Amino acid sequence: MEYIILIISAVFVNNVVLSQFLGICPFLGVSNKVSTAIGMSGAVAFVMAIATLVTYLLQQLLIALHIEFMQTLVFILVIAALVQMVEIVLKKISPALYQALGIFLPLITTNCCVLGVAIMVVTKEFTFGDQVQMLNLAQSVVYATACAVGFGLAMVIFAGIREQLELSEVPKAFRGVPIALVTAGILAMAFMGFSGLV
Amino acid sequence: MGRLKLITRGIIQENPTFVLVLGMCPTLGTTTSAINGMGMGLATTFVLILSNMVISLIAGLIPAKVRIPSYIVVIATLVTILQLLMQVFVPSLYETLGLFIPLIVVNCIVLGRAEAFANKNGVLDSACDGIGSGLGFTLALTSLGLVREILGSGSAFGWKFIEGDGILAFVLAPGAFIALGYLMVLYNKFVKSKIQ
Repeated sequence: MEYIILIISAVFVNNVVLSQFLGICPFLGVSNKVSTAIGMSGAVAFVMAIATLVTYLLQQLLIALHIEFMQTLVFILVIAALVQMVEIVLKKISPALYQALGIFLPLITTNCCVLGVAIMVVTKEFTFGDQVQMLNLAQSVVYATACAVGFGLAMVIFAGIREQLELSEVPKAFRGVPIALVTAGILAMAFMGFSGLV
Repeated sequence: MGRLKLITRGIIQENPTFVLVLGMCPTLGTTTSAINGMGMGLATTFVLILSNMVISLIAGLIPAKVRIPSYIVVIATLVTILQLLMQVFVPSLYETLGLFIPLIVVNCIVLGRAEAFANKNGVLDSACDGIGSGLGFTLALTSLGLVREILGSGSAFGWKFIEGDGILAFVLAPGAFIALGYLMVLYNKFVKSKIQ
């Protein structure tokens, strides 16, 4: 039950992009076509699940050593190294997947939703019914994966809208980013309808 | 290029938010009020100026291949210093901005200025460039925060001039996107057309 609440909360209610404002750069940058949006989301989901698993365990080590202030530095280095490693391993094991995700992988290091979610799962308290508690390891990884699914959902919907937008007449001052932002605002309003679901 | 020009360039011609469209996450996430926006902008400015100076000093020592990871380590260290300072001196602001303070590490503006300017220029020039980009970012965040605060809760910088509630959507997520979109339109219409 807790897992279902976590997943619905991460995908719809607290969507990473549209309600927590994480990962806006790829959301605006690589959402011109549905196919690239899917590729990017796949790469993010992959890295985010592994990164959260590793950083969650490292956080326990930091707490044991009483150096919690090193969190930011350690997490970003782990994520950067992890992205490199995933790239190398993927190239060897599954060249086809590497071909598909290849160009998106280096971009993920500076994608703030990976670092954001990694920090969130170890600092934020979650409410299940009437209990308030920190997430355990399995819940953290499930939450991170669900966040990535939410990211993917927002990306794919937005890319679909933008493909249509390409064909329409937009006033000069609105062209490019401004119209994309206003569209994203309306999409965020639609997602607000999910609030109160969990 | 004069030092003053370096500063104004970051504020107007190459404004990080309105022109370069960098660092969108904190821009949208923290601007629920003018004060919050300004606090986030100044925190980023602090990191930008110092990271530009440090990177301009050590750029000659770092082999080109490992420069990006090295810059990230420098930036992450500065962000950690900022986190500790903020916890001591402005704990309430630190609480409000929350997650977005550690996320300055992955703010594209900081790494962008390091790569595009600081590693090729002197310390003082880099500091000026950091001040310019930082102030440009602060200005954008403060104005977005102000617009959202006026529309969303009928107040400006915490001073309430309309009784009752405002348009709640502007404090929540959708308003952030829409308000920033329209501010960019105004910038394109009135500022960009003048300087070109």
